[in-house]
Amino acid sequence: MATLYRVRRWLADGAHFGIVAAFTIFAAFPFYWMLITTFKRTTDLMNRTHNPFLFHEPPTLEHLRVLFYDTLYGRWLANTAVVGVLVVVVTLVLAVPAGYALARLTGRWGEQLGIGIFLTYLVPPTLLFIPLSRVVVGLGLQDSLWSLVLVYPSFTVPFSTWLLMGFFKAIPSDLEDAAMIDGYSRLGAFVKIVMPISIAGILTVVIFSFTLVMQEFVYALTFISPVSQYTVSVGVPTFLVHGDVYFWGSLMAGCFIASVPIAVVYNFFVDRFIAGFTVGAVK
Amino acid sequence: MEAVKGEARVLLGAPATRFSYIRDREEWLGPLMLGPAILYIVLVVGFPFFLALYYSVSDITLGSRSLGFVGLKNFTGVIGTTKFQTALKNTFVFAILSQLLVLVLGNVLALALQKDFRGKWLVRLLILLPWVAPISLGTIGWLWIVDSIYSVINWTLRAVGIFGPTFWPIWLGVPHLAMGTVIAVHVWRLLPLATVILLAGLSSIPKDIHDAAQVDGASFWRHYFQVTLPLLLPVAVVALLFGLVFAFTDMTVIYVLTRGGPYDTTQVLASLAFFTGVAGGDLAEGAAISLFLFPLLLAAAIGFLRIARRSEVV
Amino acid sequence: MATVEARDIRKSFGTVRAVDGVNLSTKEGEFLVLLGSSGCGKTTLLRMIAGLEKPTSGDVLIGGQVVNDLPPRARKIAMVFQSYALYPHMTVFKNIAFPLKAQGMRADAVRQRVEWAAALFGIELLLHRKPRQLSGGERQRVALARAVVREPAVFLLDEPLSNLDAKLRASARDELQQFQRRIGTTTIYVTHDQVEAMGLGDRIAVMQHGRVRQIGTPMEVYDEPADTFVAAFLGSPPMNLIEGKDCLVGFRPEHFLPKEAFPMTEAASVPFRVTRLEYLGADRLLYGVLERPFPEQKVIAKLPSTVTTSIRQGETHEFVVKEKDLKFFDRDTGLRTAPRPLSTQFA
Repeated sequence: MATLYRVRRWLADGAHFGIVAAFTIFAAFPFYWMLITTFKRTTDLMNRTHNPFLFHEPPTLEHLRVLFYDTLYGRWLANTAVVGVLVVVVTLVLAVPAGYALARLTGRWGEQLGIGIFLTYLVPPTLLFIPLSRVVVGLGLQDSLWSLVLVYPSFTVPFSTWLLMGFFKAIPSDLEDAAMIDGYSRLGAFVKIVMPISIAGILTVVIFSFTLVMQEFVYALTFISPVSQYTVSVGVPTFLVHGDVYFWGSLMAGCFIASVPIAVVYNFFVDRFIAGFTVGAVK
Repeated sequence: MEAVKGEARVLLGAPATRFSYIRDREEWLGPLMLGPAILYIVLVVGFPFFLALYYSVSDITLGSRSLGFVGLKNFTGVIGTTKFQTALKNTFVFAILSQLLVLVLGNVLALALQKDFRGKWLVRLLILLPWVAPISLGTIGWLWIVDSIYSVINWTLRAVGIFGPTFWPIWLGVPHLAMGTVIAVHVWRLLPLATVILLAGLSSIPKDIHDAAQVDGASFWRHYFQVTLPLLLPVAVVALLFGLVFAFTDMTVIYVLTRGGPYDTTQVLASLAFFTGVAGGDLAEGAAISLFLFPLLLAAAIGFLRIARRSEVV
Repeated sequence: MATVEARDIRKSFGTVRAVDGVNLSTKEGEFLVLLGSSGCGKTTLLRMIAGLEKPTSGDVLIGGQVVNDLPPRARKIAMVFQSYALYPHMTVFKNIAFPLKAQGMRADAVRQRVEWAAALFGIELLLHRKPRQLSGGERQRVALARAVVREPAVFLLDEPLSNLDAKLRASARDELQQFQRRIGTTTIYVTHDQVEAMGLGDRIAVMQHGRVRQIGTPMEVYDEPADTFVAAFLGSPPMNLIEGKDCLVGFRPEHFLPKEAFPMTEAASVPFRVTRLEYLGADRLLYGVLERPFPEQKVIAKLPSTVTTSIRQGETHEFVVKEKDLKFFDRDTGLRTAPRPLSTQFA
């Protein structure tokens, strides 16, 4: 009997390990592959007799050189960063006060409005990019990064407002009451007490918005045509892939550099996003 | 603040300035703080949405300035084409198959990750990568992995003897294979989100309930299907709704991998709208196609509202 | 210094009337306790005085001035919350300095005032700590220090002792009263704990369903309850109320004594069958029912353990209540009525 349990236990542990390992490989393999490809010579990559997991020729930095010196990759990174920072600023300016208003100041109709705002997060770019492309032209912003700064908050603001509302609701309202008695207005209490306490939530919104900007593809593809104004997510797939000529090494390098570092940072905040995603289904 | 300093003034009830009034008045402060966000959303989401509705019944094209009313001509014209019908069918196949896989795999993975083990943080980081990395870039990684000549998958499977010496599938070149690959990449991309949502749901089930089931002698499967799964259901619905919205509306994976090919076998509504409206310049028809997505999104929105209302947390 | 007055003040949340027409005024430097069970509107009333809630109708006066339109910060009040509401991201020093900084006081003056307030409550050594590093008692002192530091005209305290354990609570009560006597600031104190209310208050306002049922000194509300609610709310165990012909007759358990040990004249004699005994150390509680000619109603007697009369379960004893300890209430309204001979009530 005891042996039977031990065997079953052992099998269960083995199955657990197998499942976790399989999923981890499935998730991470493309990134591992990007990393390997980055440092392989093209002649090594383009030889079907070579075992693709091994280096048959010495590693090279040539692909990275091409990426940074022969393409506008650096420029795209900078463009993405500029748009990212501006969108984060716009998002904070709009979502922080709105989240607070929904959490504390607007009562019942605010609740309905809050759900309404959250639902706009579900309206996808594919529904809006056609009319928005016309709006962007009308404002004279076509081919300019400003068009992205204008449009991107449409998906960062609703979700951020929703997340921040949750954060602000979790703060005991006694603290603001105390601050108001201690000599501040409602607005003063918000600035002096609520904002410093919610710094974790605000930081979450910053990271969240920034990653969304890095990911966005459809708007950037639609609004912007000059190569010098591309963001990373559009620049790499459209410029480095022309016709049948694929610069695989540089492509993979470009993908890896733009995805992994931000992902590591994001990882620290993921639990907070989930709290927002699960609406009210998780208590 | 001034008011507090001058004691005499306070006790005489000296009127505060108008501005300091608004800072205290919640009935003004609320709308004032909420207003900019609402205004922005109305202008950048609401207005274009109605513009999309209007375009869909007009004859607007990329070059023209005309905006003639043509009624439902765009819709009726589009519905008849095989291109549209294929795309509609593909959208459903793509969304439903990928979400089914995501839910099943997400459940398995969430259960596996619920247990504590060494190196869990690293596993979690790696599993989250596909969700966090820019989707277009992650997809390019796959483009290289399933390359027609240098696919590492083919090489490995041939090396271990699963594929014979003459068998070398071209993943993106054959209709069914291409759809399968596109779905697989989409599952890869959405699995992390579903998993963490389900994990949050799992960890919110009180430990007492698991203990009780264990004491009651429930086997693993019985425990899972009769205790865990029913309690997980609302969370699973949330994960499903998000997944469906992404799957119905995202065109990035398809744009990067196949551009809708081969022979439109992976074309979905979102990508068709893009190729018609932006690349093809027919804004009116593009808008009409993308509006077919709307009923699906509406259904998802209603689903959310019901969950939100039931939980009464919002 | 200032007095606080509420004039026919009301507050509704939707259809719920939280405060339903309260008239109340403190005396200069008084310690006034608002006593009631949860949901009776006492906290809402306090928050309206503070300016944190807007009255639906009626006026709040501080120092004789209507302050309805003044925000909390302009009312010269200080408040201590049940949760203490210490700012978690600030040190104790910054917490106490917060109200002074809001007034725009200079840094050196702030330091001086904070040190004075900290010394008042013996927390000088905690000034550099964060609230989460403090014990419950220490937090309460910090909250009090933050309240006094600005020398307010009125103190508002919302159950400030309810988060302390029983032992600490007794000593905190003592310190609180001494401190209030010393600075002599008008204080309004909200609690649901009658022991706290009796021990601390100069006067007690007993509230129920958004109304003040009675306001008076502890002795007045306990010995001369204005109605059956106050009679039954105060005292542990509460006043016994028995139904007579046209009024309710009440007497306190500690006034209900065995005739054997207390042979009294001018006292009503009542046969009492004991059904259950509780020995509580200082007291004995006797549960039982009255016997003819009285209706068979449950009453409780509380005997100090110095009374050693032997009483066993199931026995019937003759008990007495002094006539002046009998209180009479109207059967319909519950209000006090004139005393009348017991013989008119029980045939």
